Amino acid sequence: MSYHEAPAIAAADAPRLGQDDRPTLRFVTCGSVDDGKSTLVGRLLYDSKTLLDDQLDALASESKAVGTTGGDLDFALLVDGLQAEREQGITIDVAYRFFATKLRRYVVADTPGHTQYTRNMATGASNAELAVVLVDARKGVITQTRRHSHILSLLGIRHVVLAVNKMDLVGFDGDRFAAITAEYLTLAGQLGISQVQCIPVVAPDGDNIAVASARMPWYTGPTVTAYLETVDVAGDISQRPFRLPVQWVNRPHAEFRGFCGRITSGTIAAGEAITVQPSGRRTQIARILTPGGERDRAAAGESVTLILSDEIDVSRGDVLTSGSAPLVSDQLAAHLVWFDDEAMVPGRRYALKCGTFSTGAVITTLEHNIAIDTMARESATTLDANQIGYVHLSLDRALVFEAYRDDREMGSFILVDPISHRTAAAGMIDLSLRRATNIHWQQLAVDKSMRARLKQQRPCVLWFTGLSGAGKSTIADLVDRRLAELGRHAALLDGDNLRHGINRDLGFSSADRMENVRRVAEIAALFVNAGIIALVALISPFRSERDMARHRVEAGEFIEIHVATPLAECERRDPKGLYRKARAGELPAFTGIDHPYETPQAPEITVDTSELTTEAACERIIRYLREHHYL
Amino acid sequence: MTAKIQLVVEASPARNAPDEAPVHHGATSHLRRLEAESIHILRETAAEFRKPVLLYSIGKDSSVLLHLTMKAFHPGKPPFPLLHVDTTWKFREMIAFRDRRARELGLDLIVHTNHDGLNQGITPFTHGSARYTDVMKTQALRQALDLHGFDAAIGGARRDEEKSRAKERVFSHRSAAHRWDPKNQRPELWGLYNTMLAPGESMRVFPLSNWTELDVWDYILLENIPIVPLYLAAPRPVIERDGALIMVDDERMPLHSGEEPRRRSVRFRTLGCYPLSGATVSTAVTLPEIVREMMASRTSERQGRMIDRDSPASMERKKAEGYF
Repeated sequence: MSYHEAPAIAAADAPRLGQDDRPTLRFVTCGSVDDGKSTLVGRLLYDSKTLLDDQLDALASESKAVGTTGGDLDFALLVDGLQAEREQGITIDVAYRFFATKLRRYVVADTPGHTQYTRNMATGASNAELAVVLVDARKGVITQTRRHSHILSLLGIRHVVLAVNKMDLVGFDGDRFAAITAEYLTLAGQLGISQVQCIPVVAPDGDNIAVASARMPWYTGPTVTAYLETVDVAGDISQRPFRLPVQWVNRPHAEFRGFCGRITSGTIAAGEAITVQPSGRRTQIARILTPGGERDRAAAGESVTLILSDEIDVSRGDVLTSGSAPLVSDQLAAHLVWFDDEAMVPGRRYALKCGTFSTGAVITTLEHNIAIDTMARESATTLDANQIGYVHLSLDRALVFEAYRDDREMGSFILVDPISHRTAAAGMIDLSLRRATNIHWQQLAVDKSMRARLKQQRPCVLWFTGLSGAGKSTIADLVDRRLAELGRHAALLDGDNLRHGINRDLGFSSADRMENVRRVAEIAALFVNAGIIALVALISPFRSERDMARHRVEAGEFIEIHVATPLAECERRDPKGLYRKARAGELPAFTGIDHPYETPQAPEITVDTSELTTEAACERIIRYLREHHYL
Repeated sequence: MTAKIQLVVEASPARNAPDEAPVHHGATSHLRRLEAESIHILRETAAEFRKPVLLYSIGKDSSVLLHLTMKAFHPGKPPFPLLHVDTTWKFREMIAFRDRRARELGLDLIVHTNHDGLNQGITPFTHGSARYTDVMKTQALRQALDLHGFDAAIGGARRDEEKSRAKERVFSHRSAAHRWDPKNQRPELWGLYNTMLAPGESMRVFPLSNWTELDVWDYILLENIPIVPLYLAAPRPVIERDGALIMVDDERMPLHSGEEPRRRSVRFRTLGCYPLSGATVSTAVTLPEIVREMMASRTSERQGRMIDRDSPASMERKKAEGYF
């Protein structure tokens, strides 16, 4: 089929001007390199008349210049938009493209076939309801087909179109198609992919893409377009119990306190009772604000602001729920798709993000990994990039979640390497390793605000960070004294002193330093909960750790004080003689010498003791606390 | 050399003509889904970053983005300011519109211009569009982000605009030198965004990633969002140059011999610097008319953009260097 006789599936035929209710189908294309994914997507765009004249002109001239089709239109060039992709003729990263036919709109994630970019394929699949898996008719089902299909099944995709491409290169052989179909259906069965439609195609020519191919009369099934237009992928998440992970607390003034977030499942109506997890506190929905104004009811998928009947403590990461209780646990079992080039080793710490909740996590056990070719569970000690494993995780704080198979949004998470900040893995929660009821938080009768009133102060953490010898402990000590004179209740947590007690098991390796900061942050948060002002004097050289400490308490409860005395001055003072030792090579990894210190970017307060006396620094902090109504 | 130019400035922002207001049978679920997703992204940005900023470029996408931002934090004000990178070559109507919107909504507006570039006399005419764009847009943006220490910059780019945009993440990481590395993007799974940054690094955030040009217009219609009147047809002084209709917005435009600005009924599909934005001949004076006209059009919206024509993959390269 040539350029001029493209079939008419004109998007423009549809009703327009805001009255268009065509539903959207999100799908992903996958398959190995050179199976023709990008060409298929380009062909779908072309056949749906999504392409405009200037784009077609550009495609024609680029096809001549850099195309791989001998001057004919190279549809892959429509989607392989990166320079490196064009140079190598491959897809490196996910591209999201949009097109529409009479009955539906589509968002297609065109994903790479190369093993080294499997993470990008998983990314595309995580947002899809259906997958188009391409195989080359000459090669049939290969390892990459199995790997991709396994990831699809893990990610909960139940609908697959198997597009057997390049049928022209096997002489349009119906037996070859039947053999590939049979092999794939066996695989799909093993993986629990329930709906598979196999279609023989020639992507560049458009055979069975939008128009039935005259060259394969033995095939009587639907074309790719016809199938995509009519397949029913509905799974009604609004029938599940109500869940809303709190994303943002909207508090423009004292009279308004709204909890913002996107409803992940169920519906909610004004007046209904809800429970806040993990605290277990109960209240009612007073009002529902939606982007379209105040309403009586809202459903899954909507971004709303809820106003509750009672002034209870709710913050980002909590989940508003009704109906059956969600799972709450700090011990989980989950499937992981490992992304990072650095292998997963049990025992290392990662940051885990699930919904709007973030916490530290350790992979305690690698139960097994999956041998992609055989689907067999194999024992292993590490997971390499692009491998799939089943692990146990231990979290710093209890997570509110659902099993992934029941709820994709409440059951999925990512792991982020706290040093490189790379997304190390995607996770799908299978089950809780502890009964939720056992660790339900004790609902306390006396809460933070009551304690704060008792103490006549707004509790907070004063986090002093800076180089060794900068004057952190000296200033903190003086602030502690001044607060006592003012009749306020504070507690000083000094890094050195804590290393004699709760932290005496920790050394100075990176992992131990992180654990040191984590424990101190936890203790400071407990003090804040008790209504007390916690002073922490700790070098805490890494911004990510200080951020972690900041997020252990609520917004406005963390005051970062950068004691910004320059290194030269600290080294001149050298109160503990540590710089001398470090310079002599006796103290490896000493902050400021051969270990980095990440300067705070936006500390609430900065003091430099080469310019200010300890007293003046102390007064500046007290003044800040007064001006911001902590005292 | 100076041509006599009559200015066409309308007194009020474009609205639907009352007799042609579209009939909406309830909200379209498609637009409401896009709206909910964008609001989710905006709130996530506010919650996860230390100092975000909304890049406001005054165009239709920016207008939609601003509207969504107001909704996301209603009844509060957006917890971040607006930033406009002013090249000094924007249409005058755009600047008037910008200042009026910021005032009406009571928002904090930061305007940044690359004064080094101005002092060097860089204009779209003297140095060519590529160099001009680099200095007055890309470098200016980097200056502004560094100056204020913003760690997240929210922009209105859409994946349907251009091929390298289609590859961009919703939360797109930038190095401390503002560089985008297309080969090493963070995977984005479900609605989970990895927002961790090392010192000096920043994030570009695109809440309209999954919108198309048509979605943007439909939403402007649905929500009656004010837009710059330049999107609607009116008689405007234009010259034809390099196959594009360029509006002569002020006396700085150097006219070649034989070039005489003629008043023609034109409108703009995208808005940027006036010497680099090609107009379309049109008589569509209401929003429903322009949407209909656009649907019948056989060219893409970026067709009128001079900077896209520099070279293949020029957008990718500009983006890698820190362009929005």
